[in-house]
Amino acid sequence: MMKKRLLIVEPSEVIVAGLKAMLDGQIRFKVLEPEMSADHLDERMIAARPDVVLINPTLIGSPDLLHHEHEVAVVALVYQYVERDCLKHYDAVIDIRDSRAALIETLSQATPGDDDTPKSNYELTKRETAVLVELAQGKTNKEIADALNVSVHTVISHRKNITRKTGIKSVAGLTVYAMLNNLVDESTLM
Amino acid sequence: MKDIKSRLFASDARLSDLVTAHPSLLSLLARLNIPLGFGDRSIADVCEASGVDTAFFLLICNVYTFNGYVPSTAVLLGTDMSGLVPYLEKSHRYYVDKRLPHIEKHIDAIAHQLSKPLLGQAFIRFFDQYRREVEEHFRHEEQEVFPHIGRLMAGERDRSYRIGDFLQSHSDIEGKLGDLLNIVFKYLPPQVDDDNVLDVVYDILRLSEDLKKHTFIEEKIMVPLVGHLENAILK
Repeated sequence: MMKKRLLIVEPSEVIVAGLKAMLDGQIRFKVLEPEMSADHLDERMIAARPDVVLINPTLIGSPDLLHHEHEVAVVALVYQYVERDCLKHYDAVIDIRDSRAALIETLSQATPGDDDTPKSNYELTKRETAVLVELAQGKTNKEIADALNVSVHTVISHRKNITRKTGIKSVAGLTVYAMLNNLVDESTLM
Repeated sequence: MKDIKSRLFASDARLSDLVTAHPSLLSLLARLNIPLGFGDRSIADVCEASGVDTAFFLLICNVYTFNGYVPSTAVLLGTDMSGLVPYLEKSHRYYVDKRLPHIEKHIDAIAHQLSKPLLGQAFIRFFDQYRREVEEHFRHEEQEVFPHIGRLMAGERDRSYRIGDFLQSHSDIEGKLGDLLNIVFKYLPPQVDDDNVLDVVYDILRLSEDLKKHTFIEEKIMVPLVGHLENAILK
């Protein structure tokens, strides 16, 4: 059974320590080094590739952006007042007063993929595909970052993942790959 | 290492036995100036008849065959290495004039089977770019590095180049073949004839293995050897 990768995003050290203690000894999740804020979350997501993010909703409001850019379950960690509407797009909600068993059960149910059949990790995400399309048009990392409104560092991380998944390193090779998969319109390449 | 040493080829073995056990060495013989038709003669006899230094021939064959085998400094300095640069040059010609055109023929055939002409062009362009990079890589070595080695071997105090710069600028010419391999056997549409694909996959794999060894010989034999020559002559 593959352990799922869990990323906790929570500003309170006490809460983080408590969660880590509760998750200690269980075997379903590998707890990644927590983030204290959402400031560099996008980069961290790309580098750490968590299966599930347990996040304080006050940090990001809606989980839509995370859902859109990464294949990940987003679970809200609630211990203060949060608008009901704000929680409805989360894959699950965990209350700080939940028991250890409930915590693990809720996280497991929210996490995508069956434990016995880990889902393919080789398909490009929407964001990676977007980077690939820009690359195929001959853009530099800087130009891609500007076009997609992300940092250059993020673009580089995406490129690493694209290469890891496709086995193709060079831009010329990735261009051929993009064309073979009908990701780029031929007319945009000329 | 001890294990490898006990398995290295010796000069009294039959050349035909060596090739039977390791057929990939066949492509090396011409580059080392050994013609086919050597019958049942020993390695030493064949080398002598062809005017090739036996110790040098064995050194190259051993490095080629046994992954990770690096001859000791004593072996390197005790061997007549004057054949090294001609061997490397011949290898360059073999890759550029024989292997790459072979692959190119298949790439062209595949490109013409692709339904979209621009895709075919991109595929050909990708290979073209690669070939130009390889040629540029070899040209640099032939114009900068090899003449320097020739002058050092002739005893000249040649300071025009230092081998220390070599490793820093030695680019990876084998890695991009991996891109080509991935595209060809993973991502080409099924409309492409399998025979062409298989042929080119075998060609690429063979060239890629060959280039790996070539790079290994340059980095683990040529560089230390020239380092010693530089130290001895330029001090």
